[in-house]
Amino acid sequence: MPKRILTTTVNGMRREDAVADSTLLLDYLREELDLTGTKRGCDGGECGACTVLVDGEPQLACLTLAVRCAGRQVETVEALAANGRMSALQAAFHEKLGTQCGFCTPGMIMAAEALLRRNPAPSDAEIRDALSGNLCRCTGYVKIIESVHAAAGARP
Amino acid sequence: MSRVEATDDSNGTGPSRAARGAPLRGSDAAPAAGVGVHAVGIRQPLIDGVEKVTGRARYTADLPAPGALVGAILRSPVAHGVIRAVDTAAARAIPGVRAVVTGADCDIAYGVIPIAQNEFPLARERVRYRGEPVAAVAAVDAATAQAALAAIVLHIEPLPAVFDAAAARAPDAVQLHANKPGNVEREVDHAFGDPDAGFAAADLVREQRFHYAEVTHAMMEPNAALAEWDAERGRLTLHSVTQVPYYVHLALARCLHLDESRIRVVKPFVGGGFGHRTETLNFEIVAALLARAAGGTVKLELSREESFLTHRGRPETDIRMKIGLMRDGTITAVDAEIVQRGGAYAGYGLVTILYAGALLHALYRVPASRYKGWRVYANTPPNGAMRGHGSVDARHAFESLLDRMAAELGLDPFAVRRANLIVPPWRTLNDLQVNSCGLGECLDLVERASGWRERRGTLPRGHGLGMACSHYVSGSAKPVHWTGEPHAVVQLRLDFDGAITVLTGAAEIGQGSSTLIAQVVAEVLALPLDRFRVVANDSAVTPKDNGSYSSRVSFMVGNAAIRAADALRRELVAAAARKLAVAVEEVEASGEFYRVRGSDRALPWRDVVNAALEPAGTLTANGAWSTPPETQGGKFRGAAVGSSAGFSYAAQVVEVEVDEDTGMVRVVRVWAAHDCGRAINPLAVEGQVQGSVWMGMGQALFEETQYHDGLHARANLLDYRVPTIVESPPIETFIVEAPDPNGPFGAKEAGEGALSGFLPALTSAIADAIGVELNELPASPDRLLAAIVERRRARQRDAARAARVREEA
Repeated sequence: MPKRILTTTVNGMRREDAVADSTLLLDYLREELDLTGTKRGCDGGECGACTVLVDGEPQLACLTLAVRCAGRQVETVEALAANGRMSALQAAFHEKLGTQCGFCTPGMIMAAEALLRRNPAPSDAEIRDALSGNLCRCTGYVKIIESVHAAAGARP
Repeated sequence: MSRVEATDDSNGTGPSRAARGAPLRGSDAAPAAGVGVHAVGIRQPLIDGVEKVTGRARYTADLPAPGALVGAILRSPVAHGVIRAVDTAAARAIPGVRAVVTGADCDIAYGVIPIAQNEFPLARERVRYRGEPVAAVAAVDAATAQAALAAIVLHIEPLPAVFDAAAARAPDAVQLHANKPGNVEREVDHAFGDPDAGFAAADLVREQRFHYAEVTHAMMEPNAALAEWDAERGRLTLHSVTQVPYYVHLALARCLHLDESRIRVVKPFVGGGFGHRTETLNFEIVAALLARAAGGTVKLELSREESFLTHRGRPETDIRMKIGLMRDGTITAVDAEIVQRGGAYAGYGLVTILYAGALLHALYRVPASRYKGWRVYANTPPNGAMRGHGSVDARHAFESLLDRMAAELGLDPFAVRRANLIVPPWRTLNDLQVNSCGLGECLDLVERASGWRERRGTLPRGHGLGMACSHYVSGSAKPVHWTGEPHAVVQLRLDFDGAITVLTGAAEIGQGSSTLIAQVVAEVLALPLDRFRVVANDSAVTPKDNGSYSSRVSFMVGNAAIRAADALRRELVAAAARKLAVAVEEVEASGEFYRVRGSDRALPWRDVVNAALEPAGTLTANGAWSTPPETQGGKFRGAAVGSSAGFSYAAQVVEVEVDEDTGMVRVVRVWAAHDCGRAINPLAVEGQVQGSVWMGMGQALFEETQYHDGLHARANLLDYRVPTIVESPPIETFIVEAPDPNGPFGAKEAGEGALSGFLPALTSAIADAIGVELNELPASPDRLLAAIVERRRARQRDAARAARVREEA
C-alpha cells in the first residue's frame, strides 16, 4: 500500500508522517504515535471507546481515515492533563467513580469534553444525548452523569 | 503488572468510620491498633483511577511489544463435524509466516473444573460449535497473518447438530461427547426436608414455567494476550486479560507440558470481566503455543466478534417452579426443575447447574425443597460463569411466582418476603451457613424511599412499581483446586524507603480490589493511604491467589490483608518498644508516630522503620486466610457449590412506564438496598450495586444472543443490545451494614447480589403497570406485544364464552 505524507496536529504537536490511505486514525494514534489511551473496543463504530476530537468535534477514530485529518487538530485523552495534573473532567471521573474498569473512560471523557466545550452547564438529558454513543459495562452510567455534572460545576 | 501508587485524595464526603462507632474486626483478628487515622469506611476513589482517566493505564493490547508477531485464529465454519485434515502447507510457505499451530500441537484437554476438562485450545478430531478455534498463525504483520489463515484448508465432515436443550435431549439426537449419553453433562437431583408434605400442608400451591434467553458478558475490553517465549531458557511469559492468573498459569503448564516454575503470568489493567475471564480461555493457550512455535513474542488481539464467540455467559434456561405458601405467606416447600443449554464444552457447567439449585436457599427460610437440574450440551459456544453465576434466572422464577401467589392471598409483596426472613445464625437445609442478614433493613429502606405504600396501585395506567429480593455468596467456600493451601495470601514488604508494598494476586478488573486491600492494611496499621503501593498479579512477585470470581476478594483477600497488616504491625510495635525501651503493651501506633501510651514520648515513622529493619533488613509479613469449616457446605454430592463464608442481601424497587402500543418498557427509577456487611469503600460499593442492578436491567430488557444454525447472529455491540446511557435510569443506592462475624471489618460482597433482583422487580412492575405477566425474558417489545395480544385474545375468548353461557341459559 503506497503511503503519503500526512501533515496534521495531534495534541498540539505538528506532525508529518508517512501513512497509507487505508490507515485508520485509531491505528495511526495507537501504532504510530503510541497514544494507547484511545481504545479499540469493537469491530467498528459500535462502542465509542475510540472517541477523539477532530477540530473539537467528537469522532470515532475507528471509522476515520488518518489522511482525513490532514490540516486538522486531533485531540486524544492524553492531551487533557496539563503539566501532569488532571483536567476538571478527569478529576471528576476519578473522584466520583465515573470510571471502574476504565476501558470506556478515555472515549467517554472525550465525548464529555466536547459537550462541555459547547455547553458548559448541560442538563441530564443533554449529557445522555452527548454520551449516547459511548457504551460502559461497569457503572450503569449513574456516576458518569454525576462526574460530568461535577466537572461542569468545577469549570470557571 | 499494575504498579499503582496509592493516593490520599478522598473527597471525604462519606460518613467517617469514627462517626459510626467502634471498629469491627474479623472474629479471630487482633484488636485494632491505631487511633485517629482511618481508611476503612472512607469514600475512596480508586488508587489506580488516575491512570484510567488520563489514558496512561496500559491494557494488554496497549503493552509495548516491539517486534512482536501478530497472532490470528482460524475458526470452524461448521457447528459440528469431524476434522479429517487441516492442511497448513500453503500457509507455512507464505513469506513472513513464522508459526502455524493446530490441534496436533496440544493434546491436553483443559477446563476450569478439574473433573470436567474436555476442551482443547485448538480443536482435535471434532469441532462442536461455529467459531471454535481450529488453527492459528503468527506472522510479521496482520495482513500476512490473515493471508495465512485464508491459505489453510480445512477438511471437515459435517455432522448433524443440535442448537437447543430439547433437541439435544431428544432420543435420536447426535451425541457431542462420547462419555455423555443424552448430551447431559450433569444431572442434579436434590431433595431436602419433605417437599411433598410441605405442599400438602400449604394453603396455596402454584406452578409456572419460565424461559430465559442466553446472555453474555460483553465486557468493554476485547480479549487479548501477549506471549513471550524465551527459547534459550525454555521460559514463557504471558500477559493476559484474565480474572484468575493462577488458573491460566496451571492451564499453560499442563497444555504446554511445562513445569510451572518456567511460567510467568502477568495481568495488566483489565477492562472488565463479569465472569468471562474466570476460566482460562482458549486464546491464552493459543498465544503461548504460537510464541513457542515461533520462538518469539506474539500479540494476539481478538476482534469483538471473536470475543463474543469465546462467550462463557449465562445459558439459555428453562425453569419449572413450584411453591407452596401458607395464608400468612410462609413458604412451606419449593420444587424446581431447571434445564440449561450449556454449549459445546463443560467449562463451569456443573457448577452453574448446582448453583441454580443451591441458591434457592439462603435468601428466605425454605423448610423443604426438591431440585432437579440438567446441564445439556449443544452446538453453541460454551457457557460459563457470569455475574450472579447460576442464581439469576432461578431467582426471577422464584420471586415472580412468589409475587403472584402473594397477590392471590391478598398479601403485599413486601409482606410475603418479611414472612420468610432468615434470622441468623441460620443453617439452611442444604447446609449453607448464614451468619448475618440485613434483608429486613433493605426491605424497609426501599419500601420507604420508593413511596411504595402510597404509590403502589395508585399510579396511572402504563406506570407500575415492582420489587424483589436477592442474595449472593462472598466467594465459594471451597476453592476449585483443593490443594490445602490457604484461600488467600497477602504479603507486605517494608524497606529503607519507608514505603509499604502490598503484594497480592487478587485481580483488579475495575471493581476496586487493589483499593480495598490498601484501605484494609492502612486501617490496621493506622497509616495514611499514600504510604502504600499495591502490586497486583505478577506470578514472579505476588502470592498465589484464587482470583476475582464469585465475589471472593473483599471477604477472603480482605481477611488475609488484615492478618498481614497485623503481623507487620506487631514487628513495628516491637521495634518501637525496643527503641523507646518500654514494654510492647506501652506502645500505641497513631498515624505516623508510635507513642508511649499516656506520655509525650514518640518515635516518628522513619525511626520506627529504621528500628524495625535493624535486625535483618527488608521486612516482609504474610497474612493468610481460609474459610471456616462450618461454612464449607454439607456432605452430599455437589454440596460445596453455594457454600460461602458470608451471604450478601439486597432488595430493590423498580418503577416502569410501559407503552402498550409498542411494547416498549422504560425504567423510570430504581431504588436498591444492599447489605454488604460493612462498606470498606462506600463509593465502590455504590458503583458495584449500580453496575449490578444495571446489568440485570440489560438482561431483563434487551440482551440475548441468537444463533442461526449455530452462526452467532449478534456478535457485535449493536445487535447484542446492552443499555446505552439514554435508557439507563437513576439508581438510588442504599448501603445496609449487617456485619458478618467472619468478614473483614464485617464486610461481605457487593458486586453481584443486587443483579438478580432486578429481573423479577421489573416483570412485577410491568404486571403492575399493564396487568401482563411475562414468563419469558428479555422483556423485548416483540415478547411484550405478543403477551399483550395474547391477553386481549384470552379476554375476547372469555367474553365470548360468557356470552354463550348466557344465551344457553
